Amino acid sequence: MNDPHPVAGASSRRGEASGALDLAELLRRSGRGDREAFAVLYDAVSARVLGLAVRVVRDPAQAEEVAQEAFMEIWKTSARFDADRGSPLGWMLTIAHRKSVDRVRSAEASTRRDGSYHQQNQPVAHDSTAEAAHASLEAHRVRTALKSLTSIQREALELAYFGGYTHTEVASMLDLPVGTAKTRIRDGLIRLRDMMGVGS
Amino acid sequence: MSDIHALSGAYAVDALDDLERASFERHLAGCATCRSEVDGLRETSSLLGGACSTTAPDGLRERVLAEIALSRPLPPPGGVTTLQRRDRHRRGPRRAVAALAAAAAAVIAIGGGTVLVTQLGDDPVRTVQLSATDRVLQAPDAEEFTTPTRDGLGTVTVVRSSSLNQAVLITKGLAEAPAGKTRELWLKHDNTYIPAGFLGGGTDHTMLLDGDPGSAQGFGLTIEPASGSTQPSDQLVALLNFTSA
Ligand SMILES: [Zn+2]
Repeated sequence: MNDPHPVAGASSRRGEASGALDLAELLRRSGRGDREAFAVLYDAVSARVLGLAVRVVRDPAQAEEVAQEAFMEIWKTSARFDADRGSPLGWMLTIAHRKSVDRVRSAEASTRRDGSYHQQNQPVAHDSTAEAAHASLEAHRVRTALKSLTSIQREALELAYFGGYTHTEVASMLDLPVGTAKTRIRDGLIRLRDMMGVGS
Repeated sequence: MSDIHALSGAYAVDALDDLERASFERHLAGCATCRSEVDGLRETSSLLGGACSTTAPDGLRERVLAEIALSRPLPPPGGVTTLQRRDRHRRGPRRAVAALAAAAAAVIAIGGGTVLVTQLGDDPVRTVQLSATDRVLQAPDAEEFTTPTRDGLGTVTVVRSSSLNQAVLITKGLAEAPAGKTRELWLKHDNTYIPAGFLGGGTDHTMLLDGDPGSAQGFGLTIEPASGSTQPSDQLVALLNFTSA
């Protein structure tokens, strides 16, 4: 049972957590019920999944619950990952983001909305692995690309993605005419996509 | 509806409310341009997310690995057992789209009121656990009817799926019932209004209607005595006819 999980050739696909692991292959094996492959996958991406959940949900205990829900869905739907539509990490983070947003919206009655949005922009902890180095390099590229957005595009995108707000809420928070925040979000993302060289 | 494509960015970052998300997903089933754009924008937004990193505690790893040991992954899309396949067709020019959606969607009841909807088409392969209301909102044959309330302060929307024989009521900014009164819901069948439930307190609701919405011709919301009525009063809050535009 102690199959060492030989990893198929290093992935050159941008955005993956680690150059040493083929996340798509791990997903494929997970989809056939291989729990050891899933454990390796977990170790490769757990810091990203939890990091995103913490950023959106804020409360660490709730973020862990959200991350657990996300991993459960990743496991259940691993056979349905479609490499033609995006990277494995992007697919997993999309699941984690949706779970995080669902959580903050369902916890709406609690204290989240009265805290200042800017308080959440604390530096994030990085772990001291090669993965973290990769993450921080990538974070640098993202920050650089974000600077090329207009301030309204950037704020709208950050409120939506990290704040979990709907585009209608974003419009009122930024004093934008109703219906224009969605355009700012889309324009910002398209600009970012082109800056980051994300292929389709 | 013409600028529904403009929702692609907000959809990619999960910034749509439930109703918009459901409408946009119906749109996605028939719009390859948006599907492709959403894929790219999701990939992009995940780069924002990927820049956040927090070391996960060992306890999380143990819980995740213990939980996955209790269930097996779902089969790939091609191997899904279809218990109920949609084959309703829309009339008119949207027929091609509806046919695609019908071919693409399989609904599998997995108990506990939860339903798994799997897109089986050539492109969107998505699997989501759906609540009863989501199931209606995302049904391929979902029809949406909306009206302002009579006082002009709120909106009432009904989304119904005839194939599911269910409808979801969504209210925004609805005035509270006066003291000692309640807000009652009605479905119109053959010019008779049949009780379809009550609204609790609050301005915004998303709820399933009681009764047989699939064959109903309309919906009403009225103010009634607290114990409810068997026929609607003339204190009308909103009225909708289920007729296609
Ligand atoms: Zn479109």
